[in-house]
Amino acid sequence: MFAWFRTDIVIEYWPLFLRGLWTTLELTLIGIFVGTVLGLLLGLGKIAHVEQGPWKWPVRIAVKTPAQLYIAFVRGTPLFVQILLIHFALVPLLIHPENGLLIQGDLALLLKREYGAFISGALALSLNAAAYIAEIFRAGIQSIDSGQVEAARSLGLTYAQTMRSVVIPQAFRRMLPPLGNEAITLLKDSSLVSAIGLAELAYAARTAAGAYARYWEPYLFISLIYLIITFAMSYGVHRLERKYKNP
Amino acid sequence: MIQVADLQKYFGKKKVLNGINCDIKDNEVVCIIGPSGSGKSTFLRCLNALESAQGGTITVDQFTVTDPKTDLNELRTHVGMVFQRFNLFPHMTALENICLAPLSVKKVSRSEAQSQARDLLKRVGLADKENSYPQELSGGQQQRVAIARALAMEPQILLFDEPTSALDPEMVGEVLDVMRSLAHSGKTMIIVTHEMAFAKQVSDRVFFMDGGQILEIGTPEHIFSAPRNERTQLFLSKIL
Repeated sequence: MFAWFRTDIVIEYWPLFLRGLWTTLELTLIGIFVGTVLGLLLGLGKIAHVEQGPWKWPVRIAVKTPAQLYIAFVRGTPLFVQILLIHFALVPLLIHPENGLLIQGDLALLLKREYGAFISGALALSLNAAAYIAEIFRAGIQSIDSGQVEAARSLGLTYAQTMRSVVIPQAFRRMLPPLGNEAITLLKDSSLVSAIGLAELAYAARTAAGAYARYWEPYLFISLIYLIITFAMSYGVHRLERKYKNP
Repeated sequence: MIQVADLQKYFGKKKVLNGINCDIKDNEVVCIIGPSGSGKSTFLRCLNALESAQGGTITVDQFTVTDPKTDLNELRTHVGMVFQRFNLFPHMTALENICLAPLSVKKVSRSEAQSQARDLLKRVGLADKENSYPQELSGGQQQRVAIARALAMEPQILLFDEPTSALDPEMVGEVLDVMRSLAHSGKTMIIVTHEMAFAKQVSDRVFFMDGGQILEIGTPEHIFSAPRNERTQLFLSKIL
């Protein structure tokens, strides 16, 4: 019944699919990790607030407003456009053999040739995820009853201690489901970086499809792979939720 | 010793504290009574700087609360607070709730914090509940854990913000019993309450507040049997 399905295409391109899968997983893991770290900082930045005293304006201008603008920009523009912007505009500005702001010379040449698309892709996905994760952190932290903060502060805990021992542990439980969703979104959105020539799963499928002019096999095959990984991720998040559910 | 002079507080444009003046001596038990919205809780929360004052001065022992240079975290270890809604940390057991501040602020050892916490739980009659989470406890039990938590920092002063208002009637007594025994232990206590019988029984002085001001200060006998201020009379006539 599945005779029409030419498994030989998948088998022939198996090494490319495998490398693509590996790249997709790398991109996703980097995106989750960097996105979570940056997202926590951005999220805390967005709710940073000093009621009075000399720090009121510095905090607003140097911390809160930049975080707000960054999040608004990333959430308000398409990821696809962000990928192109980062790959063709931002990264060449920073890493360029002649006049890169960050890295120049032979190292820049090497990075560009060997890892150019990967650096841009990982950067774009991480920066994008950070904005969404920042909102998850912000919402999670703000959902904690203000009485919790008051109780901790009234015992003499500092703001940082209150966040660490009281607010973030409680917020984390509420943030798990949306964080899981974000990880799954990230995995699927990583397919967009095939547009800049990064050889991940979707790129592998496109290559195989182009060679045989057959579209069902490669795209169904990678769909299945995406599906398996997203199922595994949902299951993992579900287990974590149960583990961290209130006792 | 607490000294408050001409304390002013606004929420936005609304004036909630309109020139509070009072002195509270060491080891004194003061109950603050008055109608809802009279600024009782706000006044209490100004004393440990959970609310910031916009005018006037507050000094609490060696701390000038209204001075921006004062280390508020240090002040707060000196002034414990018990809240209307308990505000226990739901992800921690009763014992962990009590140990948190000694561990992170005083940096005592875990074994020391735990043995002190067990003593405190015994003192509030909950020695067998150390491993219970807040949601496994009744309201009265939760509030007693919250009192033990506030005592763990060995504060000189304890603030109670309507500690029995969120409780079912049958649980009010157990919390008041704990507070009564504290009142005899020589701590300064300031209690915002609607429990008039309790106020009459334990307090050295009673403050009557209305409209963001302290309108009358006196011994419980004076306030409850012969109030001089018209609004005190009206308030008491409605509730007694």
